[in-house]
Amino acid sequence: MSPTRHTHSHPTQAATISVSANEHLPHKAIHTVHFWLGKRLSTLRQWPISLLLSWLVIAVVISWAFIPGLFTAYDPLTGIGKFKLQPPSWVHLLGTDALGRDVYARIVYGASHSLSGAFVAVGLGLTVGTLLGLFAGSAGRKTDTFIMRLVDVILSIPSLLLSLSIIVILGFGTVTAAIAVGAASIASFARLSRSEVLRVRNTDYVEAAFGSGGTFLNVLWRHVLPNALTSVIALAALQFGTAILALSTLGFLGYGAPPPTPEWGLLIAEGRNYLARAWWLTTAPGIVVIMVVISANRISHALSERRS
Amino acid sequence: MTDAAKLPVLDIKGLTIGYREKDNLTRVVHDVSFHINAGEVVALVGESGSGKTTTAQTIIGLLADNGQLEHGSVILNRTDISLWSQKQLASIRGAVVSLVPQDPGSSLNPVQTIGTQVSEIFRIHNRGSRQIIKAEVLALLERVGLSQPELRYNQYPHELSGGMRQRVLIAMAIALKPLLIIADEPTSALDVTVQRHILDLIDDLRKEVGTSILLVTHDLGVAADRADRIVVMRNGQIVEQGLTENILKSPASEYTHQLLTDAPSLTSDKKRISLSKQQPTHPAIDIVTVKNLSHTFPSHGAAQPFRAVDDISFSVRKGTTHAIVGESGSGKTTTLRAILGFLKPSQGDILIRGTNLSTLKGEELRQQRRHIQLVYQNPYSSLDPKQIIFRAIEEPLLNFTLFNTQERADRVYNMLQRVGLSPSTAERLPRALSGGQRQRVAIARALILEPDILVLDEAVSALDVTVQAQILELLGKLQQAYGLTYIFVSHDLAVVRQIADTVSVMHHGRQVEIGRVEDIFTNPQTDYTRELINAIPGKRRFNSVQDNFIAA
Repeated sequence: MSPTRHTHSHPTQAATISVSANEHLPHKAIHTVHFWLGKRLSTLRQWPISLLLSWLVIAVVISWAFIPGLFTAYDPLTGIGKFKLQPPSWVHLLGTDALGRDVYARIVYGASHSLSGAFVAVGLGLTVGTLLGLFAGSAGRKTDTFIMRLVDVILSIPSLLLSLSIIVILGFGTVTAAIAVGAASIASFARLSRSEVLRVRNTDYVEAAFGSGGTFLNVLWRHVLPNALTSVIALAALQFGTAILALSTLGFLGYGAPPPTPEWGLLIAEGRNYLARAWWLTTAPGIVVIMVVISANRISHALSERRS
Repeated sequence: MTDAAKLPVLDIKGLTIGYREKDNLTRVVHDVSFHINAGEVVALVGESGSGKTTTAQTIIGLLADNGQLEHGSVILNRTDISLWSQKQLASIRGAVVSLVPQDPGSSLNPVQTIGTQVSEIFRIHNRGSRQIIKAEVLALLERVGLSQPELRYNQYPHELSGGMRQRVLIAMAIALKPLLIIADEPTSALDVTVQRHILDLIDDLRKEVGTSILLVTHDLGVAADRADRIVVMRNGQIVEQGLTENILKSPASEYTHQLLTDAPSLTSDKKRISLSKQQPTHPAIDIVTVKNLSHTFPSHGAAQPFRAVDDISFSVRKGTTHAIVGESGSGKTTTLRAILGFLKPSQGDILIRGTNLSTLKGEELRQQRRHIQLVYQNPYSSLDPKQIIFRAIEEPLLNFTLFNTQERADRVYNMLQRVGLSPSTAERLPRALSGGQRQRVAIARALILEPDILVLDEAVSALDVTVQAQILELLGKLQQAYGLTYIFVSHDLAVVRQIADTVSVMHHGRQVEIGRVEDIFTNPQTDYTRELINAIPGKRRFNSVQDNFIAA
């Protein structure tokens, strides 16, 4: 029920409205939007609190990525030496690190690095994996066997090891780390989308589409893909959390962005040396990562619930 | 007779039930009262959504969790059980009141043997030792007509046919000789001949044990055959109740009268929907010819190759309706798929409008589909859940790149009107429509290409009788308007009698009989056809009531 649907109404309806009274039109439109908003708000109120919180966490983190300046006045890269390793206080919400940089500012500015990395990773896995699965599930038996055995081989390699090998080949950096994480998730996307494609392919409506003269690609595009995609989207949300974790792991191991980039994994790694003296250096970015991952999981769960 | 026999076994008074969803309560059963005497069969008849199943569930205390008994009482054997706890109810379930569920396919535990499942009811109610129970179960299995009870005892549900599973469920229901058996659509998932045997069995057992039966059904034919009294429900209310003869002869309410008119099994040959009486205006052209069609499915592993269709031949004249009749496994679906070109038959030829299907490949076969279209059995699965109705009906035109956008839209709205749907339906998703509406959409989608031939695969069997009658009438009108040829696949002879001109009867892949509908019905040549015709429910009382009813 989007408000745009109302503007696309049937030609005869539009005609009768304009005949009846022109000045009614804007009023009616406002009324519709109002109605729509009200409806949305009331459905929002029925949401479980955990889901609301999860969306809130994701929204905050995304705002950090786009407008970090709004959330902190400190510079994430330059610090003041005499304020080094200060514990959390009202001046520095999450304390400062060994170079006197504000940890909260570094987390806020780091969001863009971690999130964009995760988006690239999920985007890559989703696109390539879904296409592979779609192809395997709809093309002939030999193609299917070939692709899926390849996927099995990829699945048998631990994903972190796979990501590390890809980074070693492509070189270090934020983008290559994202590609490496994405590539490791292709296999699971391919698996899920193939099974969904197989399920949809056996439905009556797909046969009916062929029966009404649909060509192979037509049917694939109009029926198989949209119906197979719902659970793949739920997996994408789940993978988003996993990707952030994997990127942080790579950052922690030193395979991601180089210092002084305020990437979350790197923040945790850098704080490790001061674990005994300054707990906040590892704990603060750690909790942020955990919260984002849990929120992504919760949202993914809600998406797959809505499907059934 | 003792005093107890005079009192009703079950007495329902002012039953009102609602389903709670979030904060609001939707009432689905309003003030329902009826009773069942000892040894009596009472049929609860109604369409889907009439509240008959909810009523039956309440009696045995199996109402869904969000269901709520608002008021009313369920007096079973002089005790009001409407407020009993689940624990109390468990003590009478099986022993005093038992249930024969609707779907034998899903009502048995697939990982337990038949023996274990049937003996469970004895164990729950602590009836005897292991050996005694086993002997009782074997006797019971034999009683319900299962051959080789020793073998069945150790088999799993998947090794049994649908009819046999239903017999097992009946065995469980009668095991402790309850006072009342609730049979919730006990045969609607079964073939007609099996259906008759199962209903006969229930009848015999009733006579033998003296149990009362509450038969929940949508099929007035079944109710007419089996019940002493009929209770007709609609929208959660009782429309009327009374002795079966009285209801059939002189229904008091408009709705019951409608049901009687719509039930194909209760209507006579006089009310035929087909219009090919005025044919042939066209010279007699055979638009579809099937010659010596056979199909064998290759073997998988140890299994033998399966001959699904064995040497079938028939031809259909333009503008007429040919029915293919048979039970499940008779090969009718395979035949139909071969005619549509979804499957390449191992042997034989299919000529459609003079073109031999086996010569067509790829693009030619696709072009052929403009002339022959299929309407599926299940309107719930044959429409894409993500596609709005407009797109669903428009799609065939897009596939053949016919017309421009505006013209396509005009045709879709025009077609919606032809099949009796309002233009506002176009923007909806399939899930917002009822079964009958969906089947209209499926028909519209099939007809938008203006095909010559429409293949209907059990196209009305998933629908309520009233809706079924409407769809059949629509099909009749469309046939007249467009000169369509129908190939109508069905297991329901009563419907076939109404709509078809010619019919072929299939049994185990063979065509046992072919001919004009009148001839087949009045003078069947084979035992199998005779058995099929006799199995049509509603026959028993129908013959005596028929004339009165037609006169009315």
